[in-house]
Amino acid sequence: MSQLEIQPDSHGTDHGHDHDHPDHLGHHWENSKQQFEAGKLGMWLFLATEVLLFGGLFCAYSVWRGNHPEIFQYGSQFLDTFWGALNTGVLLISSMTMAMAVTFAARGNRKGIVICLVLTLMGAAGFMIIKYIEYSHKFHEGFLPGYAFYEEPNASHLWLPLEHEHDQDVAHATLETEAHNTAFAHETIDRDEMPLPPPTAEPSVIPAAGTGPDGLTTNELALETAEFAVFLPPSVIGNLENQGPELDFAEHHKPGEVPHLSHPLQDPDRPPNAQKFFTIYFLMTGLHGIHVIIGGVVILWLLLLTLRGRFSKGYYTPIDLGGLYWHIVDVIWIFLFPLFYLI
Amino acid sequence: MVIDMTRLDTGQMQKPDLAPRDNYLTHTRGIWSWLYTLDHKRIGIMYLTCVLSAFFVAGIFALLVRTQLLTPEGTIMGQDDYNQAFTLHGAIMVFLVIIPSIPAALGNFVLPIMLGAKDVAFPRLNLFSFWLWVAGALFFVLALVSGGLDTGWTFYTPYSTDPNSAMGGMIPAVTGAFILGFSSIFTGMNFIVTIHRLRPPGMTWFRMPLFLWGIYATAILQVMATPVLGITLALLAVERAFGIGIFNPALGGDPVLYQHFFWFYSHPAVYIMILPGMAIISDLIAVHSHRHIFGYKFIAYSSIAIALFSFLVWGHHMFTSGQSPLVNVIFSAITFSVAIPSAIKVFNWLATMYKGSISWNTPMLYAMGFIFIFTIGGLTGLHLGTLATDIHLHDTYFVVAHFHYVMMGSALIAMIGGLHHWWPKITGKMYNENWGRLGFTLVFIGFNVTFFTQFMLGSQGMPRRYATYPADAGFQIYHVISSMGSYILAVGFFVTAGYLLQSMFGGRRAPANPWGGRSLEWQCSSPPPHDNFSQTPTVGDCYDFSVLEWNEDEQGYVWRSDIPHPGEEEPGGH
Repeated sequence: MSQLEIQPDSHGTDHGHDHDHPDHLGHHWENSKQQFEAGKLGMWLFLATEVLLFGGLFCAYSVWRGNHPEIFQYGSQFLDTFWGALNTGVLLISSMTMAMAVTFAARGNRKGIVICLVLTLMGAAGFMIIKYIEYSHKFHEGFLPGYAFYEEPNASHLWLPLEHEHDQDVAHATLETEAHNTAFAHETIDRDEMPLPPPTAEPSVIPAAGTGPDGLTTNELALETAEFAVFLPPSVIGNLENQGPELDFAEHHKPGEVPHLSHPLQDPDRPPNAQKFFTIYFLMTGLHGIHVIIGGVVILWLLLLTLRGRFSKGYYTPIDLGGLYWHIVDVIWIFLFPLFYLI
Repeated sequence: MVIDMTRLDTGQMQKPDLAPRDNYLTHTRGIWSWLYTLDHKRIGIMYLTCVLSAFFVAGIFALLVRTQLLTPEGTIMGQDDYNQAFTLHGAIMVFLVIIPSIPAALGNFVLPIMLGAKDVAFPRLNLFSFWLWVAGALFFVLALVSGGLDTGWTFYTPYSTDPNSAMGGMIPAVTGAFILGFSSIFTGMNFIVTIHRLRPPGMTWFRMPLFLWGIYATAILQVMATPVLGITLALLAVERAFGIGIFNPALGGDPVLYQHFFWFYSHPAVYIMILPGMAIISDLIAVHSHRHIFGYKFIAYSSIAIALFSFLVWGHHMFTSGQSPLVNVIFSAITFSVAIPSAIKVFNWLATMYKGSISWNTPMLYAMGFIFIFTIGGLTGLHLGTLATDIHLHDTYFVVAHFHYVMMGSALIAMIGGLHHWWPKITGKMYNENWGRLGFTLVFIGFNVTFFTQFMLGSQGMPRRYATYPADAGFQIYHVISSMGSYILAVGFFVTAGYLLQSMFGGRRAPANPWGGRSLEWQCSSPPPHDNFSQTPTVGDCYDFSVLEWNEDEQGYVWRSDIPHPGEEEPGGH
């Protein structure tokens, strides 16, 4: 048996470069092309996971919309298509500049890469600014996801103020008690026994999820009178014009202007559980916004690497992979925009 | 002086020095060279240590659960503590132990060497995956100290999303599981790209060892299914923190929606647990029977089939949740069909053993134990997949017994078998075979005593997750037997840990090929050098054992001297 030499391993952890492969090439790769192709495959796999991450929310959207289309038709009127379309344009342009950056990278044009990455970064920032404008608008109008929808609606810009203090107090108290999920009050329930039904319970058919934070309301009379009377100013209930001061509204709008949209809680025609629209809206656009921020950070990092001279015609893999990520962020928005703003 | 040959020539089996001077363990020294290593072998070892530690912790919780159930009115804890015990046992075992164990611990070590590659495709991502595991584990510790966790490992709504009921450890635990999900995703991505791009010349898809097919199918599941868990847990955390209303019926949400989301991941997750186990068994049986694997392509295709089918059956966890009978029937039917590829594998393994020359090594014992236990586990899955019987058996100990048979008795047994099989390669030492057989016997007997009785308990109506039970229902005798079994099992694990640790310090030095395997990891020294191979190897049929023979000096297998290596005219090396 012949004796063979040990191949000296000159890499270890100190990376002395007495061998002839490029800096960027990992030691386990045969050549740059193999490494690049593998990187791309890995990135596409990651993009598939991102699609699946959003997929759950898209699934929830479709199920809810299929079961309650009226909620979505009602809710989408509160979104401003202008801002949504502007966001779409901004992202599309930033995708274009990102693709240009990749092309410049393939040609080794460092200046071009820097300019395009900066433009893309500006697109990302622009998107987040527009998002901030939209979200703050929503918060001012009181459109918040979940229980928050029912809390402090009188702080909303759309809220027509109630006339009497007593009504305001009752409204506040009703909100407080109804917004708390009494179904889980378990302090008085003996663990080993089924809870006793309340004395006033009616074993009648329960209508589709009720019209308030409590959800299931079986008392028809309560449905019709208590809630609306509490939340609606007399000018709306009595269909009387110009009843009482509407100071709060007047402070935020021009004189003589009337709201063309009332706050949902004051709209007797609103569908039950209208807040679901805002829940799914904030969940999906919020998750997307987080990914825009992540994408922005990635692009910033690519920019810094480019400025440090890391990339060349032979090696620009991170820019290519970052571009792929940015494109998927854009594609997800392309799906979100029509689903919420257009249909 | 014989210099150890780290070069691999065209099929030429090396005759390594039994004490290689430089291997991956000695290549660099110091704690930081391990914690920041990019070497897949070291990352695998770190995973192994961490996973086994988590296994120990979750095992303690299991012993607490079993001890509690020795008496009908409960032996050692109140109900709230019991809820925490089984929740933590389940959550730690599922998320920290079984899902990462074979892919991350054994797979990381073995996969690149089996491919003749120097490392995985993305070594830094590999290290990052490991640190994500550590971060996830830390979040679980945080969950323990911030109020505990009592929802069951499934975190079912509406209990888990109500801040007034479920314990305060919910959000840290859910965050930890989210992070662990990413650890799993990145590992899966790494393995897929490695298998696609780093195969050596001559290794086509159908020349890969079956271990790699199993890991590949697992990686597909990790990449495709885990993100759904991610979004589910994120929604859970947001619901609990902000009352969003997505799972809350008072706001128009749906708690069963949570179950759909959760099980859409968690069913493929259980196949993430078992597929690598089956992958190991394929190789173990072939090598230790010294016989070509029977039905290679069938086993390979069935791995992929299991991966794909597993996405279609999640509803069988929800037969009693109120979904429509039509949906129940569809899920039940598909569940029956997903059993078929698994059965194909079992038959192929048995056919491989038939007329083989079986060595009664510890890995082979574990492999045969696997076949026995997995058969029972799989068949009882059919009991649960049948609608009529599931109504009776759902949420009873029958389910508990079933999944312990497949998760613990199969996946974990396969992992331990694989650990023994590759132990010489990993550590360069041989463990004591007699102790190995004793350990296996204790584990096998303990396992079956513990969990077979639980089938009987469940079919007689003992519900799961109950801290106490009626004294007059006749359950106690079964519980006592089951708990005694668990103590035997624990002893078995301690014995196993004992002799394995002892072998690391005082074991006999291992040859390159102690068992007579033909896949590429047996062609480098034990333990392997830092970069596995210094020359890209060429590949033959990895299940053709006829070319190997036992060498007494080396106490291992070598290429037969009368058979030419591939690419040579005459037998014998030059």
